[in-house]
Amino acid sequence: MNLKTRLNQLTPYFFIAPAVLIMGTACFYPVLHSMRLSFFDWSLGTPWLSREFLGLDNYVRIFTDPSVYTSLQVTLMFAGAVVAAELILGMALAFLVERGLRGLAVFRTIFILPMMIAPVVVGLIWRYLYDTRFGLINYFLRQIGLEPQLWLASPDLALPGIIIADIWQWTPFIFIIILAGLQSLPASTMDAARVDGCRQWQIIWYIKLPLLLPVITVALLLRLIDAFRVLEVIFIMTFGGPGLTTEVLSLHIYKTAFLSQRLGMASAIANFLLIIILTLSVILLFIANPAKAARSAR
Amino acid sequence: MKWESARKNVGRPRAGTIQWLGLHYAVLIVLSGFCLAPVIIMLQTSFKVETQIFSDPPVWFFVPTIQNYIEVLQADRFGRYLTNSLIVGLVSTLLTLGFGGMAAYAMVRFRFMGKGVVSLTTLLLRMIPPAVLAVPVFVIWSDWGLLNQRNGLILVYVAMNLPFTIWILYGFIAQIPVTLEEAAVIDGCNAFQVYLRVVLPLIRPGLAAAAIFTFRIAWNEFILALVLTNRFTRTLPVATSLFLTDHGIQWGKIMAMGTLIALPPLIFTFVAAKQIITGLTAGAVKG
Repeated sequence: MNLKTRLNQLTPYFFIAPAVLIMGTACFYPVLHSMRLSFFDWSLGTPWLSREFLGLDNYVRIFTDPSVYTSLQVTLMFAGAVVAAELILGMALAFLVERGLRGLAVFRTIFILPMMIAPVVVGLIWRYLYDTRFGLINYFLRQIGLEPQLWLASPDLALPGIIIADIWQWTPFIFIIILAGLQSLPASTMDAARVDGCRQWQIIWYIKLPLLLPVITVALLLRLIDAFRVLEVIFIMTFGGPGLTTEVLSLHIYKTAFLSQRLGMASAIANFLLIIILTLSVILLFIANPAKAARSAR
Repeated sequence: MKWESARKNVGRPRAGTIQWLGLHYAVLIVLSGFCLAPVIIMLQTSFKVETQIFSDPPVWFFVPTIQNYIEVLQADRFGRYLTNSLIVGLVSTLLTLGFGGMAAYAMVRFRFMGKGVVSLTTLLLRMIPPAVLAVPVFVIWSDWGLLNQRNGLILVYVAMNLPFTIWILYGFIAQIPVTLEEAAVIDGCNAFQVYLRVVLPLIRPGLAAAAIFTFRIAWNEFILALVLTNRFTRTLPVATSLFLTDHGIQWGKIMAMGTLIALPPLIFTFVAAKQIITGLTAGAVKG
C-alpha cells in the first residue's frame, strides 16, 4: 500500500478530529469527571487532596435527603404539567388552523418569537408581570373583580406561575412541529377518506392522529427532555423559592455545588438527572430514526 | 419550503367554510396577541420613567424616554459585557460551523472505524443539561487555567452546539448528489478541496440555519456563563441577572437591558423565520 492510499484512508479522521476533540474535552471528559467527583466529599476552594472517599454514599443520600426528594418532585410536577398542557394546546391549535390559510407564515414568525428570546429575559418579563404591587397580572385580576395574588411569593402559586410562563414560551414549539407534520401528510389519503364518507372528526381520529403518532411522540420527548433540564427561567423568576417550592433538580445541583460548595453531592445529583435524560434521549433516538439508531447501536 | 408545497396539497375551502375561515384567523390573531404581549410590555416598560412604572393603574400612553437606555449604555462595564457577548457568540458560531460541517461531511460520505459510536454519542451529548456540565467544567477549567476566560466559555459553547450543527448539516449534505463530488475528484480536487468548493457552497441554507441556532444559544446562555466567567469576562445575560435584587429593582433599566439582549434573536426571527423552522422541526418531521 503506497503512502497516498494510506493518507486517503486517514481523510475521514482529519475531517472528524476537531469536532470529536472538542466534544471530548468539553462534554465527554467533564461527564466522566463528574462521575469521579460523585464518589467523593469535596468542597469548593479546598485542595483536591483534602477530599474524602465516600463510595456510593452521595447516591444513597439522593434518596434519603429530603431536599433532593423535594426537588425531584418539583421537577416531575413541572415537567408533567408543562408537557401535558403544551401538547394538548399545541395540538388542538395545529388541528384548528391546519387547513390552508393565507398569511400563515406571518403568524408562524410571531409564534416562534417567545422561543427565541433568552431564558433570562423571559424570566425577567414574567417576574415583572407577576409583581404583587404593580404587576399587570394582578392589575387585570382586580379589573375583573378577583383577588390579587402573591404569585411568585406564594408557596402555592409560584410553581403554577412558572408553569404558565413555560406554556407561553413553548406551546408554539409543539404547534409548529405538529403543523409541519400535518402538512406533510399525503392529501390523497384524506381525499380518499372524504370520498368514502368519513366525517371531519373521523378523519382526525382514525387517520391523521395515527399517521402523526411518530411526530407527536418526538415532540413530546423533546419537550420532556427540555422540561427536565429547565433552570434559567426559574433561576431568574424565583431562584427556587419560596422555600423549596420551585427548586427543580438543575437548580438544586447549582445550589449544592456553588452555594453549599458540596461538589461531590452536586455531581451525584447531576449524574442522577443525566441518567433520566439519557434514558429519554435513547427512547427518542429510536423513535425518531429507528433504522439509524439500530445501525449505530450495533 | 415545506410550508408552501404543503399548502398546495390542501384543497380549496369548500362552500360554507367561510365562517370557519374567520374563526381560524380569529384564533391566530388572539394567539399572536398572547405571544407578543409580554414582549411588548417589556419594550414599553423600557421606555418609561420610574414613576410611570410604579403607577397604579398602569400608564398605557406616555411620552417615551430613552433615559433607561442611556443609563444602561453608559454604565461602567456595559461596553465590555456587550463586547464579551459578541465575541463569545461570533467566535463560537464560526468554530461550530467550521468543525461541525467537516464532521458531518465525514459522517455522510466516508466509512470509517468508530463512525457508529461517534454519531450515537454526538446525539446523546446534545441532551446533557447545562447544569450537569457546569460543575465538572468549573473544576476542570480552574485546573487548566481556562476559568474566567472567554476562551473557556467559547470552548464549552462549541462543544454544546456541535451535535446539533452536525445533525442539521448531515441532512443537507446527504441530499447533495454524490456525482457532483465525483466530478470534482475527476477534475483533480482532493477531499478537502471537494468539501470547500463543492459541498460548502451547496449547503449554505443549512449553514444559515445552524449559524442562527448556534449564535442564539451562545448569546442567550446564562448558567455556564455565570459559573465560568468573572466580572471582566461575563456576558450580557449574566450582567443583567446581577441587576436583580430583592428590593428596589430598577425595572426600567432591567427591561432596557432585556430588550437589548432580546434584539438580535428577534431580528433573526424576522429575517430568517424559515431557517429557524427548519432547525426546530429537524429530526421531528421527515421530508
